[in-house]
Amino acid sequence: MAERMPFVHPYMPNSVPETKNEMLNAIGVKDVDELFEQIPERLRFRKKLNLPEPIVAQSSLKKHLTAILSKNKTCEENLNFLGAGCWQHYVPAVCDEIAGRSEFLMAIWGSSSSDHGRNQAWFEFCSQMGELLNMDMVGMTVYSWGTAASFAIRMASRMTGRREVLVPEIICPERLEVIKSFCEPKAMPNHIDIKSVGYNPKTGLLDLKDLKDKISSKTAAVYFENPSYLGFIEPQGAKISDIAHANGAECIVGVDPISLGVLAAPSDYGADIAVGPTQPLGIHMNCGGGVGGFIASRDEERYVREYPTLMFSITETSEKGEHAFALAFEDQCSYALRDKAKDWTGCTVYLWQIVNAVYMALMGPQGFKEIGEYIIQMSHYAMKLLSEIKGVKITFSPNSFKEFVVNFDGTGKKVKDINRALLRYNIFGGKDISKEFPALGNSSLYCVTEIHSREDIERLADALKEVLEK
Amino acid sequence: MNEEVKLKKYHAPVWDEPIIMEMGRKGRRGIVIPEVEKEVKAAVGDAERYIPTEIRRQELPSLPELAEPEVLRHYLHLSQETLGMMGMSLFGTCTMKYIPKVSELIALRPWMTELHPLQTEDTLQGILEIIYKCDLMLRGLSGMDQFIFHGGGGAHASYTHACVMRAYHEANGELDKRNEVITTLWTHCCNQATAAAAGFKVITLMPEENGYPSLKALKAALSERTAGLMTVNPDDLGIYNPDIDKWIEAVHDVGGLCFIDHANFNGVMGQVRARDIGFDACMFMLHKTFGAPKAGMGPAAGAYGCTEKLAKYLPPPVVRFDGKKYRLDYSSPFKWGKVREYYGNIQLVLKAYAWILAMGGQGIREGSVLSVLHNNYLEKLLMSIPGVSKSYPNVTKKRLEMTRYSWEKLQKDTGIGTVDVQDRMIDFGVDAYWLSHTPWTVPEPFTPEVGESYSKEDIEYWAAVLKQISKEAYSNPEIVKTAPHNQTIHKVDPGPANDPKTSAMTWRAYRKKRGIKS
Repeated sequence: MAERMPFVHPYMPNSVPETKNEMLNAIGVKDVDELFEQIPERLRFRKKLNLPEPIVAQSSLKKHLTAILSKNKTCEENLNFLGAGCWQHYVPAVCDEIAGRSEFLMAIWGSSSSDHGRNQAWFEFCSQMGELLNMDMVGMTVYSWGTAASFAIRMASRMTGRREVLVPEIICPERLEVIKSFCEPKAMPNHIDIKSVGYNPKTGLLDLKDLKDKISSKTAAVYFENPSYLGFIEPQGAKISDIAHANGAECIVGVDPISLGVLAAPSDYGADIAVGPTQPLGIHMNCGGGVGGFIASRDEERYVREYPTLMFSITETSEKGEHAFALAFEDQCSYALRDKAKDWTGCTVYLWQIVNAVYMALMGPQGFKEIGEYIIQMSHYAMKLLSEIKGVKITFSPNSFKEFVVNFDGTGKKVKDINRALLRYNIFGGKDISKEFPALGNSSLYCVTEIHSREDIERLADALKEVLEK
Repeated sequence: MNEEVKLKKYHAPVWDEPIIMEMGRKGRRGIVIPEVEKEVKAAVGDAERYIPTEIRRQELPSLPELAEPEVLRHYLHLSQETLGMMGMSLFGTCTMKYIPKVSELIALRPWMTELHPLQTEDTLQGILEIIYKCDLMLRGLSGMDQFIFHGGGGAHASYTHACVMRAYHEANGELDKRNEVITTLWTHCCNQATAAAAGFKVITLMPEENGYPSLKALKAALSERTAGLMTVNPDDLGIYNPDIDKWIEAVHDVGGLCFIDHANFNGVMGQVRARDIGFDACMFMLHKTFGAPKAGMGPAAGAYGCTEKLAKYLPPPVVRFDGKKYRLDYSSPFKWGKVREYYGNIQLVLKAYAWILAMGGQGIREGSVLSVLHNNYLEKLLMSIPGVSKSYPNVTKKRLEMTRYSWEKLQKDTGIGTVDVQDRMIDFGVDAYWLSHTPWTVPEPFTPEVGESYSKEDIEYWAAVLKQISKEAYSNPEIVKTAPHNQTIHKVDPGPANDPKTSAMTWRAYRKKRGIKS
């Protein structure tokens, strides 16, 4: 692009030389270099920046971005069965409208008075999550399910003074990697030992005997998930939490909130802390950029005092009867206490939190019930059709929520090759888990949600039949 | 300053909006879920049979029941009750700037929103190209060898560094003895907090007469226990540590690593490069600095860049290009875990890529020039206001993109402190300013930062608001003390939020603690 003189940029009103000069004159500066007088010359970078030629014209920029992004193949134009921690749910139009509101999108931090509306929306997220979870205390959101689980495990470790956590052997490896980093290596003073609890090879459910064998007075927390990573529903929640409590450990349950119209809330079977993903509640996948996480518990001081998240409480103003929202117990967070804080926080996913609130308000109790039922019925329909294909088996418990394991051992074909073949049918097959869980053989994790219709499931079954027959 | 700056007759929208939990009527629907077709029902039966009794939900969640237009209107009202950037915000340490609409619209299309992170590389070539090219651009601005975008914010990127530093020393067999991270008081609190969360002991150096700690103090803190230095430059006072290269040399001499939290990059964009100064790693905030939205605290993106020496400790995946195809490289030789699932808030990487391209090298340098110029122009306006003083007045060289000021004199003269001013300024359509991270070593602090996208008139308006409040403080302090007057709500009492007996983070807790029956 030929350089225009003078350089005036649409994002910078004062790039007009006259305006700039007025200000330079006002502060008595002749050469803009004087502005950087604090930086010694030896530290300055004077060369040309190694950056591509700019595209300042908006129309050209849009053309450029379009050309690149058109190379993507999306889950909208293809039929997608990938889930495993990031799921394709329907995003209601009102969610997109609110997510794009400049007031929320561009908000900074402000104060309780200046940004009251946003703070109320945050509180409404916590309040509605509280109803789904039957828990009175909900923190501000964190980065992801994995970080939520990790923070909760560290909360439990601080509360109990113990340094061991039990997690199920069947857990999302990606999530476990996050937990691993938060539990610190052995050389570190706050290292938490991660021990895995086995499963019943027939059902996938947690092996209670193994749990009893491994739990001890060193166990800070027992962590398990419902539905599990591989989609099956874990009905032994009450037994698991009893075992945890009998050993003085905290019981942490990871739960997909979109299941809570049909599945019992974790607190109803003994969870002390609940964590989970927020992306299912109205957030687009965004190539993984849609994920978020929540932490909730009973509203008891010993829990509240361990939250790493910011917390917003409803409070009062000088006008009688008027609500406001203010930071609660800010004195324990990393903004106040730095290295002495209860863990750390920062910018997380507070805009998603507002969209989650919109989603829950749209769904209401009936919506959550219906979506849960639809997902269960449709995924079982998929399980049924796929299991009728020669050589294909559905592994584990017959009680699944939205994901299930499809085993292809009997077909003689590898998941990788099957998925490649499915691509020709414009289908994204399930996640290949044959390397993650070798014990499950040549298997794939399929995800079915409310975006899938009967025809979609049948199309998958037909395509699979053709692929496997070849 | 133009003496006739006219203050706006601003008033915030007051919708007196109820909490959503109080709204709606039984039976209303905001959305309908598709019905399961009869063939499916015939084949699989009811959903209930797949839910073991002990795990069935007995009572439906007590969520509000509203129709779609009610939900839309409620949240539109709440958005209108949010001042944020609707007026102007000079929120120091955050670099609030224009968020280009073109990238927002592009990022809302299915080619971004409807991508699953586990799709095959062949189906993600467009977005992987963006990630890769954004990495190259940030290398150009920093001199680093590799960037990743896993961090969902600045703090998350500094946590990434703490983990990478930990892995580096562990691989060298030194982690058991290198357990100290050195930082400075003005370094953002997320650095101390994440270093501690990664297991390090944190040593905080205090500022001396020039506003930053001396090289001597650093050297006294260094030892064979030093894991590394985590710092900012310039700091939140707008002061640049001119000895920074000597600091790095000293840290390297004892075997430590040096990381710069480039949250304060706006004033030095294109003027310095972290790698050239000697840093081993750095962090950029793609939200704020690189034209992606802050979104009222995320989703955000902390881009983490490092030299080849540290690149092998990065968590997987890293996006690579073999000349033909973009790939997700999951091979990481040192498996210490990840900081979060997948590979980042990619929609923000797209927005940052678009911003860098729209600005170009010349535009980015112009941006830093304007940021510093604006800050110094604002300083001239503010220093004529009674009650305002500047932190470290002995440091006379021009501050970079922000300056920390104090209302100490105003407070002594009138009883009006910085929080009172904060509550009053929002009556003029100007968002609450940033005070300071704690501890407040500068009394009654405030920290404005203009950035490059506000106009000269905006800057003058902002100064005029503060001038007005100062005038009020000396003539009619009551109006400031009882502010806000033109806002959505009145003066907030944070007391009940901080007493466990009355604090309530959810509506159900509120009802229980206040004894409200449904």
